[in-house]
Amino acid sequence: MNHAPLLKKLLLACLGMFAFAFALVPLYDVFCDVTGLNGKPSLERAVVSDTVNTERSVDVSFTTHAQSGAPFKVESQQYSVAVQPGAMREVKFSAKNTSNTDKIMQAIPSVSPGKAAKYLHKIACFCFDQQPMKAGEEIEFTLLFYVDTELPDDVEELTLSYTVFDISGQVVAKNDEAAKLIAN
Amino acid sequence: MSNVINEQATEHAHHDHHPAKGFKRWLYTTNHKDIGSLYLIFSLTMFLIGGAMAMVIRAELFQPGLQLVDPHFFNQMTTVHGLIMVFGAVMPAFTGLANWMVPMMIGAPDMALPRMNNWSFWILPFAFLILLASLLMPGGGPAFGWTFYAPLSTTYSNDNTALFVFAVHIMGISSIMGAINVIVTIVNLRAPGMTWMKLPLFVWTWLITAFLLIAVMPVLAGAVTMVLTDKYFATSFFDAAGGGDPVMFQHIFWFFGHPEVYIMILPAFGIISTIVPTFSRKKLFGYASMVYATSSIALLSFIVWAHHMFTTGMPVAGELFFMYATMLISVPTGVKVFNWVATMWRGSISFEIPMMFAIAFIVLFTLGGFSGLMLAITPADFQYHDTYFVVAHFHYVLVTGAVFSIMAGAYYWLPKWTGNMYNETLAKWHFWLSLISVNVLFFPMHFVGLAGMPRRIPDYALQFADFNAIISIGGFAFGLSQLLFVLVVFKCARGGDKAPAKVWDGAEGLEWEVDSPAPYHTFETPPEIK
Amino acid sequence: MGKMRYALWLILVSLPQLALANSQFNMRKGVTDISNNVYELHMTIFIICCVIGVIVFAVMFWALIHHRKSKGAKPAQFHESTKVEILWTAIPFVILIAMAVPATKTLIAMEDASKADITIKVTGSQWKWHYEYMGEDIAYYSILSTPKDQIDNQAEKTANYLLEVDKPLVLPINKKVRFLMTSDDVIHSWWVPDFAVKKDANPGFINEAWTRINEPGVYRGQCAELCGKDHGFMPVVVQALPEDEFATWLADAKQEKANAAAADAALLDQTLAKEELMTLGEQVYMASCAACHQPTGMGLPGVFPALKGSPIVLGDVKDHIDIVLHGKPGTAMQAFDKQLSIKQLAAVITYKRNAWGNDTGDVIQPSQIQAAIDAAAEAN
Repeated sequence: MNHAPLLKKLLLACLGMFAFAFALVPLYDVFCDVTGLNGKPSLERAVVSDTVNTERSVDVSFTTHAQSGAPFKVESQQYSVAVQPGAMREVKFSAKNTSNTDKIMQAIPSVSPGKAAKYLHKIACFCFDQQPMKAGEEIEFTLLFYVDTELPDDVEELTLSYTVFDISGQVVAKNDEAAKLIAN
Repeated sequence: MSNVINEQATEHAHHDHHPAKGFKRWLYTTNHKDIGSLYLIFSLTMFLIGGAMAMVIRAELFQPGLQLVDPHFFNQMTTVHGLIMVFGAVMPAFTGLANWMVPMMIGAPDMALPRMNNWSFWILPFAFLILLASLLMPGGGPAFGWTFYAPLSTTYSNDNTALFVFAVHIMGISSIMGAINVIVTIVNLRAPGMTWMKLPLFVWTWLITAFLLIAVMPVLAGAVTMVLTDKYFATSFFDAAGGGDPVMFQHIFWFFGHPEVYIMILPAFGIISTIVPTFSRKKLFGYASMVYATSSIALLSFIVWAHHMFTTGMPVAGELFFMYATMLISVPTGVKVFNWVATMWRGSISFEIPMMFAIAFIVLFTLGGFSGLMLAITPADFQYHDTYFVVAHFHYVLVTGAVFSIMAGAYYWLPKWTGNMYNETLAKWHFWLSLISVNVLFFPMHFVGLAGMPRRIPDYALQFADFNAIISIGGFAFGLSQLLFVLVVFKCARGGDKAPAKVWDGAEGLEWEVDSPAPYHTFETPPEIK
Repeated sequence: MGKMRYALWLILVSLPQLALANSQFNMRKGVTDISNNVYELHMTIFIICCVIGVIVFAVMFWALIHHRKSKGAKPAQFHESTKVEILWTAIPFVILIAMAVPATKTLIAMEDASKADITIKVTGSQWKWHYEYMGEDIAYYSILSTPKDQIDNQAEKTANYLLEVDKPLVLPINKKVRFLMTSDDVIHSWWVPDFAVKKDANPGFINEAWTRINEPGVYRGQCAELCGKDHGFMPVVVQALPEDEFATWLADAKQEKANAAAADAALLDQTLAKEELMTLGEQVYMASCAACHQPTGMGLPGVFPALKGSPIVLGDVKDHIDIVLHGKPGTAMQAFDKQLSIKQLAAVITYKRNAWGNDTGDVIQPSQIQAAIDAAAEAN
C-alpha cells in the first residue's frame, strides 16, 4: 500500500497550521480594528471628519504611564476634555527625558472602553513615530483628534492612555532621525 | 487491498520476525506492540515524576506559611508538573494505547509507518530530559505556568526558557508524527470489510484526536517560536513597545490549548465506550450518535478558546459568542454520558476493575463537566477564573477523566498484553484507594476556589488552611495509591493466572481473536470482518 | 446497611445546606448589585447541574443495582432509539437557553459605559499595586504588610495574614467607581471577590471595570494572574467609606502629600547619621528589595542578581543611585524614583553599600538623591 499521497497531505496540513499560527498575528490586528478588542486603536493617521454632532458631548480623559525603566515623564496638560463628536480637538502633552543619556521613546495608545477604540481618530500624534529625545530634553507634543459621530450612544466617557516605552536598546530604526540618534 | 497488505506484511516480517535481544530490541524496534509498551512505560514514569512534583506542591500547601520551598521553586513545580502531566503522562499514554490497540482493532499487521513510529517515540525521552535538566541549572526551569503567558515567559523569564522552547518543539514533533501514523494506519490499513461505521469507537475517537493534533500542535510550535524570537531575536509579537500585544499570545495559545484539552479526553471517551458494553454484555447504545458527538465536540473545540480569557477585556459580543459556544459543547458531551447510561440500562452488569474505573470515570468526569458548564457562564467566570475552582474542574476532567480512563484501559487490556491476569485483590485496593483519595484531594478545591483562593500561590490566607490540609492529605494518599498500580502492572508482567484469548466474556472486537499475550505479529493475513 | 444508608442520606441532605450557608464553602454574595447578580446566577446554574446530576446518576445506579449479572439479569438487545436520542439532545439545549438568558442579562449589566463619579487607575507591578485617583493628584503604592517572620513561621500568623497592605485603596460607597487597569511589567489581575470585579492588567494597554459599593467596610482580594515569584504576595485591600468620610480622607491625603513634599525639601539641608540611615534602610530594603535580592543580599542565582559583592553596589555611587532611581528596562528591576521618598532612597542605598560585608563606608544623603534626580535636567 502506498502511503505517500496521504502522508504528503498530512505533512502539508501541519506546515499550513504552523503558518496559520503566524497568520494569526495580522489576522488579530484586523480583528482588533474591527471589534476594538483590547482597546487597540489604529496607529495610522486618520482623515479629517466633515460633520460635527453638536447635540452630544463626550468626555475624553488622558492618562500616561511610563513603563518601568523608561526614564520619561509624559503628561497631558489637561486631564479631561469635553468634545463634540466630529469636532477636532487639540491637546498638548509635555514629555521629558529624565535620564542623562539620549533615548528613543515610543508611546503606545490604548483606548477604554475597548468598543470606543475604533471611534477615536487621531490626526496628529506623537505615538505615530519613535521619538528620539536627548538627555534631559523636554518636548511639547500635540495630539490632534476627534471622536467619530458614530460612537455608540451608551459611551459617555472614554479614556486615551499612553504607555511610554524606552526602545533605545531594541530599535529597528523606523525613521532617519532615530537612526541618526543611534549612530551617535 | 488485501493483496497489498499481504505484501507489506511479508516484507515487514522478513525484516524482524523475531524481536532482537536486550536494549537493541527496544531502540531499533518498529513493532507497534513494542513501541506501544515503550510509550506506556514512559508515560507511567512521567506520571510518577509529575506526581512527585505535585507532592512537593501539596506538601508546601499543607499549612499556611512557607515551609519547604521558596516561591520561585514552587512556580517551577506547578509549571513542570503541568507540562509533564499533559505532554509526558496523558498524551503518551493514549499514543501508547493507540499503538498497541489500533492495528489489532482494525485487523492491520502493524502501524502504517513503523520507522517513523520508532522515531516519534525515541525523541520523546530527550524532550523531557531537556525539560527536567533545566530544573537543575542556575535560575531553575520554567516558572511561568504551563500556559507560559507572555511577557512573563519572554522579557521576564530567565535564559533557560530556550530549553523549554526546545523541549516543547520536540514534544510537538513527536505528537505530530504519532498522529500522522494513526491517521495513515486507520485510513489505509483497515482489514477488508472494516467499513467506517464498523470501526471500534476507540479507533474513531483516536482518528478524530489525531486530526486535532495535526491542526493544533503546529500552532503550539508557532507560539513557542514566537516566544523564542521575542526573547532572543528582538521581535515584538507580544511586546506592546514594538506594536505587539501580550493578549494575542493568549489567543494563539488557547487556539491550541482548547483543542488540546479534547485531545486528552476524546480517546478516553473511546476507552469508556469500549469497556462499558463489555461488562454490561450489551451493545453500545447509539454508536452512530457517539461518532457524531465526538466529531462535533472536536469541531466546537476550535471556536471556544477565548473562554479561558474572559478577564482579559473582551468586547461583550465576543464574550457572549464564546459563552454560548462553550455551553453548546455540553450537548454532545451529555449525549455521550446518556449513551453510556443507556448501554448499562437493562444490561447484565458485572464489576471487574476496568468497569469500576469506567463507572468512576462517568460519574466524576460528569462532575468536571458540570463545573465546566459553570465556568462557561461569563459573569460567574469572573469570580471562578484563576481560582482553585478551575484547578478542581480541570483535575476532575483530567485525573478522574483522562487518567482514570487510561487506568481502565490498562486493566482491560493488560491480560491481552502480558498473557496474565492482574492480581484482583491488589487492583481492588488500588481502585478504592484511588477513588476515595482523589475525591478528598480534588473535591474541597471547589470550596477553597469559591471562597476566593487564587491558583498558583505558594502560601495562602488563614481561612483556607483547613481545606488545604485535607486536600494535601488526599494528595499524598492518591500519590501513594498509584505505587500500588505500579506493583500490579509489574506483577502482571511477571506472571499470574494465564489469560484466555477472549479475556472478558462480553468483549467484542478483533483484539480478542488473537492469543493472549498477543503474538509479536498479528493479522499478517487480514481477518474476515463479519 | 440501614445505618449506612441513613448516614449517607444525612450527608447528601446537609451538603447543599452547608454550601449555601457558609461562605467558607461558597462564593460570596458580595456588596454590590452586580456581585449579588453573579451569586444568584452561580447558584441557579449550580442547582440546575445538581438536579441533572441526581437524575442521570439515579438512573445509572438503578441500573447498576438492578441489572447486575450476579442478580441473574439478562442483557436486553436494544442499542439505539432515534426518538430517545433526539429527545436527550433537545432537552439539554432548552436547559442551556434557560441558563443563557440570565447570564446574558448579567453580562450586559456589567458592560456599562455611563459616566463614573470617580476613576481609579490601577497599575500592577511585580509585586504590588499602584492606585491613582485620576484628576485628583493622589497616587500611591499598596504593598503587602504581613511581616516576613509570619510568612517564615517565626511568628504567630494574624487574622488577615497575606490579605493586608500598608495603604489600602480607599473608595466611597454609593458612587460609580471606574477602574482603569494597566501593568508595569507582566500581566496581573486585580480581583476583589466582594465586588465581582476581576480584570487583567495588561502591560501597554488599559482595561476597564467598574463597581458601585453598597456597604462600607474593608474588602480583600488578591492578584489572580500568575505574575512571577511573589504572585501570592500582592493582595488587594479596599476600604469603602461613607461619602462624607471619603471626602475628609481625600482632603487629608492631599494635605499629607504637601507635608511630605515640605519634609523632603527640609531634608536637603540636613546631614543624617549613618545609624539612622542604616535602620531605615533595612526596613525599606526588606519591604521593597528583599523579594528579589533576598534578605541576605544573595539574590537568586540565574534569576535575580546578588547585591553582596555586586560591582554596581561596590562601584561608583552615581551608577548605583541611577539604577535604583530608574530601574533596568526589560528586567524585573523597577524604577524606584516614584515609589520611595528621597530619604528612603538615601537610606536603602546606604544600607546596601554597608550591609552583608559590603563595607564601602559610604553614607548617602537625601540631597545626593535629589541632585541625581535634578542632574539629568542640568545635563542639557
